[in-house]
Amino acid sequence: MSTTDATATRPAFGRRLARLGFTLISPRGAVFLLLALLLIAIMVLNPKFGDPGQLIRFIQRVAPVAIVAIGQYFVIVSGEFDLSMGSVVTAQVVIAGNLIGQDDSRSIPVLLFMLAFGAAVGLVNGLVTTLLRVPSFIVTLGMMLALLGAVFYWTGGAATGNPADSFREVGRGGIRDVPVVGIIPWSVLILIVLTLAAVWFARRPFGRMVIAVGDNVTTARYSGARVWWVKTSAFILSSLSATVAGVLLVGYAGVHPSVGNGYEFTAITAVVLGGVALGGGRGWVVAAVAGAFALEALFILLNFAEVPATMRDAVQGVIIIAAVAYSAVTFRAIRSGRTPETSPQPGEPSDLGEDRAALAPQTRTPNGARTTNGGSDAT
Amino acid sequence: MRRKNLTLVAVGAGALIALAGCTTDPNVEAPEGSEAPEESVEWFDQALFDKQDAERSVTPEGPEGEPWLQHINAEMVDTSQYASEGAKKVCFANASISNPWRQTGWITMNEQLKVLQESGAISEMETRDAQDSDDTQIADIDYFIEEGNCDAFVISPNSTAAMTPAVERACETGKPVVVFDRGVQTDCAVTFIHPIGGFAWGIDTAEFLIDNLEEGDKVIALRILPGVDVLEQRWAAAEKLFDEAGIEAVDYFTGADPVKIKQIVSDELARGDVAGVWMDAGDGAVAAIEAFEDAGVDYPVMTGEDELSYMRKWEETGLNGLAPVYSNFQWRTPLLAVQMIFAGEEVPKEWVLPQVPITEDDRAEFLEANEGMPDGHYAKFGGEDLPGYPTVWQERIIP
Repeated sequence: MSTTDATATRPAFGRRLARLGFTLISPRGAVFLLLALLLIAIMVLNPKFGDPGQLIRFIQRVAPVAIVAIGQYFVIVSGEFDLSMGSVVTAQVVIAGNLIGQDDSRSIPVLLFMLAFGAAVGLVNGLVTTLLRVPSFIVTLGMMLALLGAVFYWTGGAATGNPADSFREVGRGGIRDVPVVGIIPWSVLILIVLTLAAVWFARRPFGRMVIAVGDNVTTARYSGARVWWVKTSAFILSSLSATVAGVLLVGYAGVHPSVGNGYEFTAITAVVLGGVALGGGRGWVVAAVAGAFALEALFILLNFAEVPATMRDAVQGVIIIAAVAYSAVTFRAIRSGRTPETSPQPGEPSDLGEDRAALAPQTRTPNGARTTNGGSDAT
Repeated sequence: MRRKNLTLVAVGAGALIALAGCTTDPNVEAPEGSEAPEESVEWFDQALFDKQDAERSVTPEGPEGEPWLQHINAEMVDTSQYASEGAKKVCFANASISNPWRQTGWITMNEQLKVLQESGAISEMETRDAQDSDDTQIADIDYFIEEGNCDAFVISPNSTAAMTPAVERACETGKPVVVFDRGVQTDCAVTFIHPIGGFAWGIDTAEFLIDNLEEGDKVIALRILPGVDVLEQRWAAAEKLFDEAGIEAVDYFTGADPVKIKQIVSDELARGDVAGVWMDAGDGAVAAIEAFEDAGVDYPVMTGEDELSYMRKWEETGLNGLAPVYSNFQWRTPLLAVQMIFAGEEVPKEWVLPQVPITEDDRAEFLEANEGMPDGHYAKFGGEDLPGYPTVWQERIIP
């Protein structure tokens, strides 16, 4: 950006660098920068973490959180919240433990039942939110309490036995004896598949419709969207993703009624870290996944940095607020094209490309030096 | 345009500094980790430590083969003032049944109740479950005092300080009060029933690990939650002994969540060798062991609990372990004490029950005796002679 050379190639390079720089500090990109910083910090504290085998284990561990974040992304981008995700994870973990037991043959039927149960929870959340017009915050909070209550009633709050090892293989095992990494956990493959599916889904008309509904319900309705069905589908996706996370977690660690505890907030934090706007209408699913990775990397960093157990939550909270505030402030700055102190202008157009649009004037200037005093193309 | 750019850069830089500042903060604060011993001073009580240390080697008095009626160094009290005929109504204020240890005990207690109902000692037991809440339990006790129509109170306190006034109010009714498990800061109860205690647990486990490890080895301490005396004392004793023996011990709170446990252990294994695992309760032990398996490293020397999930994994893996016991059979004792009190028989003022860890040598015996029991069951539950044995515990029918 500081290059003021007159040659043709170097400004182009400078511009590209500048664009990359701006992308990295834009809300969409900040999460990748944060993730990179966190990973570097972890590797400085513990060089062993950089081993491919360790990294793949890291991805395995993040997989359930990232999958839950994908589900939450669809709900949030459609303008709603799903607070019931953690309790769906808990319920599914307990269902797997209690219904499968040590009987291998029950794995598939119970898995199908779990998926049906997950879809049913999402359907209820969605229909009550859209048709009965109850705020999703309340609906899903109620669902959370209902599910946790049911789990408590069923288990008395204590762990039951783990399900059969064959069922746990999905979350615990993987393709073994792979060169370099040692093992490719199934959960990593599942995460990759689901992320690709989510990206594809988000690009389909349905995915665009979800964003449109979250951005402006009235406009979306006038343009022919079946709003109730779009939102309900988002809830169903969310509950299904929580179900998949439950299956992975029961394999990874085992059955306990505390598994899934707080996952809804972890997922919401991950999504917001990924620059997805609370309230809907804006966001990128890959950034939400990166948000989950950044969050989990933060936990590991605090661990490696030997922050006392009692202080960890506080440090975590401060970092999350800082990151989310940063995302909000930069976004507002870009959106309004003014200083961050001023409030955004009402009625500003809002779409995915706007941050790029706002940045365009700078990239059009011939060189970096002019950019800083380029009053001619002020927005 | 200019302002915007400057602002952007300023915001970006500011946030990065803030982020970097935050992320490096832990480094700056790392030395504070050495404050940990100071923290435990609160819970460490040398007199109690010495008392429990001594009690570990005392041969208990009482009927052979019925450890729930045995007692250590008891000072007996006269209960003739309570002696009366007929079946009595017992009111039981329970802290919770939210962990497998309490659930197992609760099942056993109900089977014991059936025996005493049949013998005509107890007419009924009304129970209120406080679901881990101090407020609820205080309300429960007050309800019993006002409207319970109780002949005797059995209280398993949720926490020590908060429950003291409520227990005192129950004592003021003049009816016999029996307190068990966690204690309260009053001796107004006729008898306070508990196994030797947390310090004894900490001594047993720490000594085992110290004997089997070298100086400088690392032990991960997995703790369920802070602030509960029976758990804090376990760690306070163990931490002191680790410190003295030059064992490097790091402690974590897990909430018994297996996901957290597995992640903590995996992180520690990623940092370096872990030679030992210490737990303040066995819930989640399997996840800790599986973390070693998945990391492809040798099993640690480990102390869990007599919960069967750990006992079975211990046997299956052949790791060098110990199962400390917080005698689950103590759940039988309160109702038997009520029976003795109404019969006017002497009971110990402080009824210290035996608390003997299960070692590798007697593991097979306990696993065999508990075959068919669920993973959340406790080997020393002590209900083998009760009517519902073994079905009630096998099916884990929670009353």
